[in-house]
Amino acid sequence: MRHIISILMENESGALSRVAGLFSARGYNIESLTVAPTEDGSLSRMTLVTHGSDEIIEQITKQLNKLIDVVKLNDLNMNQGNVNHIEREMMLIKVKHGSLRDEVSRLVDIFRGRIIDVDEHSYTVELTGTSDKLDAFIRALETDTILETVRSGVMGICRGEGALKL
Amino acid sequence: MELSGAEIISTFLADEGVEYIFGYPGGSVLHIYDALFKQDKVKHVLVRHEQAAAHAADGYARSTGKVGVVLVTSGPGMTNAVTGIATAYMDSIPMVVISGQVPTAMIGSDAFQEVDSVGISRPCVKHNFLVKKLEDLAPTLRKAFYVASTGRPGPVLIDIPKDMTDPNVKMDYVYPSNVSMRSYNPNIKGNHKQVKKAVKLILSAKKPVMYTGGGVVLSNASNELRKIVDRLNLPITQTLMGLGAYPGTAKRSLGMLGMHGTYEANMAMHETDVLIAVGARFDDRVTGNLEKFCPDAKIIHIDIDPSSISKNVKVDVPIVGDVEEVLTDLITVLDELGVNEDETRFTNWWKEIEDWRKKKCLSYKKKKDVIQPQSVVEKLYKVTKGKAFVTSDVGQHQMFAAQYYLFDEPRQWINSGGLGTMGFGLPAAMGVQLAHPEATVACITGEGSIQMNIQELATCLQYGLPIKIINLNNKYLGMVRQWQEFFYEGRYAMSYMDTIPDFVKLAESYGHVGMQITNPADTEDALKEAFAMKDKLVFLDFLTDREANVYPMISAGKGHHEMQLAPESELI
Ligand SMILES: Cc1cc2nc3c(=O)[nH]c(=O)nc-3n(C[C@H](O)[C@H](O)[C@H](O)COP(=O)(O)OP(=O)(O)OC[C@H]3O[C@@H](n4cnc5c(N)ncnc54)[C@H](O)[C@@H]3O)c2cc1C
Ligand SMILES: Cc1ncc(C[n+]2csc(CCOP(=O)(O)OP(=O)(O)O)c2C)c(N)n1
Ligand SMILES: [Mg+2]
Repeated sequence: MRHIISILMENESGALSRVAGLFSARGYNIESLTVAPTEDGSLSRMTLVTHGSDEIIEQITKQLNKLIDVVKLNDLNMNQGNVNHIEREMMLIKVKHGSLRDEVSRLVDIFRGRIIDVDEHSYTVELTGTSDKLDAFIRALETDTILETVRSGVMGICRGEGALKL
Repeated sequence: MELSGAEIISTFLADEGVEYIFGYPGGSVLHIYDALFKQDKVKHVLVRHEQAAAHAADGYARSTGKVGVVLVTSGPGMTNAVTGIATAYMDSIPMVVISGQVPTAMIGSDAFQEVDSVGISRPCVKHNFLVKKLEDLAPTLRKAFYVASTGRPGPVLIDIPKDMTDPNVKMDYVYPSNVSMRSYNPNIKGNHKQVKKAVKLILSAKKPVMYTGGGVVLSNASNELRKIVDRLNLPITQTLMGLGAYPGTAKRSLGMLGMHGTYEANMAMHETDVLIAVGARFDDRVTGNLEKFCPDAKIIHIDIDPSSISKNVKVDVPIVGDVEEVLTDLITVLDELGVNEDETRFTNWWKEIEDWRKKKCLSYKKKKDVIQPQSVVEKLYKVTKGKAFVTSDVGQHQMFAAQYYLFDEPRQWINSGGLGTMGFGLPAAMGVQLAHPEATVACITGEGSIQMNIQELATCLQYGLPIKIINLNNKYLGMVRQWQEFFYEGRYAMSYMDTIPDFVKLAESYGHVGMQITNPADTEDALKEAFAMKDKLVFLDFLTDREANVYPMISAGKGHHEMQLAPESELI
């Protein structure tokens, strides 16, 4: 099963490589990984998307917790199912519009995206949502019209009062 | 006190109570060596290869329970130490490694003797640090010792760029006695409810087995373990890393389990209904085929590292905590319940076990014309009255040592189990002998392994370490040969070396005593003669039966009940 794991870790130079190294050394897979400092400059927050059996996910969280730089973590899918967290991914995508300017812009509207840059041949579109939604947008486009895509990787947060905080 | 970085290191080590550091100098650590030179509290032991520095510190740590300390230079100094660090890591040994690094400003420029020490060591240390500011130096050293020695112990590396130890840059130093790390809080106390649950399960068992490992030794929980085993009349089997925590000569000891474990231990594992795993990590050498592992058992597992629990085998009653704490709690629960020592508990189960014992799975044929390796270990046991510290290398000789020297005390048996590092035995013995100058220290090795750190004979002379080296010389990489005999139709690819040195002359050229023993009848006398030379290192080269095999053996894919025993022809 797919799991989103949120990690608070020391904002130190080696911390990211410890996490990445753990995953490659133990053969766990990483679907996506994003990391940035938090409002507390000494901490970074990482969101990691992985999948595996319950046993593997249990090992992953235990191994992550064992890293000295990991302060706290939360498996967003643990005991609460998908309904209890919110996830978002952002994509910037550059699309050739050619003679189909209107059609592309209508599609962007349908997906509640925004055109953030335009030139004579292309639109640059900003789109936020679940990964599925971004995938669906890509599928809706003709493959050969896509010039470039950049995706942020998934970020997640749990609903309500629960918070991953010190 | 205004000190330079180098002086902070030497002063800190003294304040931390460090007795010995094991190391080898080089450019990036020269300031540190200079500071060490000017003091006399911390003694530095000069090895002949950095791998040996780590193994010696490791042997020191295993035999005392204290942190072993290593000092190496940048680049090749650090890379040479990696095998020793990884060895300590796999067996959870507390160690602090200080490595020199090129000056901060040159990091990343492919400077002379620069390697990414933090990157290289990352997968085989518990944690590592790169010191970037002088004011971080002392607190980092303190953290390193704290992390290395608490929770599940392990090696910690501190990489120190040369400019951090500059004699001209000084700052105020006080020993940082307090250490707090918000992200590191090992769980020491076990959950009391879980402990009660475990006791209930044990008392309801018909065929319980205690399976204990290195964690009992690391936790110094030998006394608690003995009390529980004896009070409940439990059969106990110990892993290669756990030997000695419970006396090997005691009647409730079934010996080692696993690949080369005893028949009775492995059969008991197969038949047990309640398995009590204590400070052991269900290693593949122990479990054999996981699908056939303890088919009828409910499993209790006590371990300080949550990631050890349910990693290979799903357990029913997990207890995260320090073995000593948890066992103490367990004894309290037994007291509360009024469970007293009762020799008749589990009588039927013991009857079954006695039947398995009758197989005498460790018997072997004693020949007149050629020395059997097993008999050398038995004679060594006799001559040292079972009281020596025994280190070993890796191979058949290691298994013979584990099977035939019955360890009665924890920390008496010192070997590389997890990584299985040939070359460990001699340098580890140096650390043991330095820590216990009056003790008898024997290193059981093979002609293959001993050559992997033979240069340390010079270190032994320099520091007057009267180690007795028991070389079980079968002129084969015996463990490899055995596998080739069993699984590759006897094609002995590269398991034979035809240019083996004359070990007697070699020992002599290093300034020690060498003896070669070829006649089985001379074994005991030779050992007596050697051990009588109290202040000499003696290298005993025993030419042993070349094709002796280690039995029992569980082959790949097999379960505990599918052991291969010594063929009849090889028995008495
Ligand atoms: C050639 C060869 C053959 C081998 N054959 C065998 C064999 O037949 N049988 C065998 O048993 N081994 C054998 N081994 C060794 C094997 O590879 C493992 O090293 C060994 O089985 C692991 O022992 P252990 O489970 O006691 O774990 P250790 O590696 O000693 O781990 C200790 C465990 O205790 C925990 N722990 C540490 N400190 C504490 C504490 N304070 N409180 C609570 N828990 C703690 C740790 O988290 C860890 O889970 C062999 C090795 C070699 C090289
Ligand atoms: C550094 C290292 N290289 C290779 C091995 C693989 N290996 C395991 S046992 C063994 C043979 C050891 O030979 P020897 O020291 O003569 O011991 P014997 O088995 O003959 O008693 C080898 C090569 C190892 N464990 N360690
Ligand atoms: Mg050999």
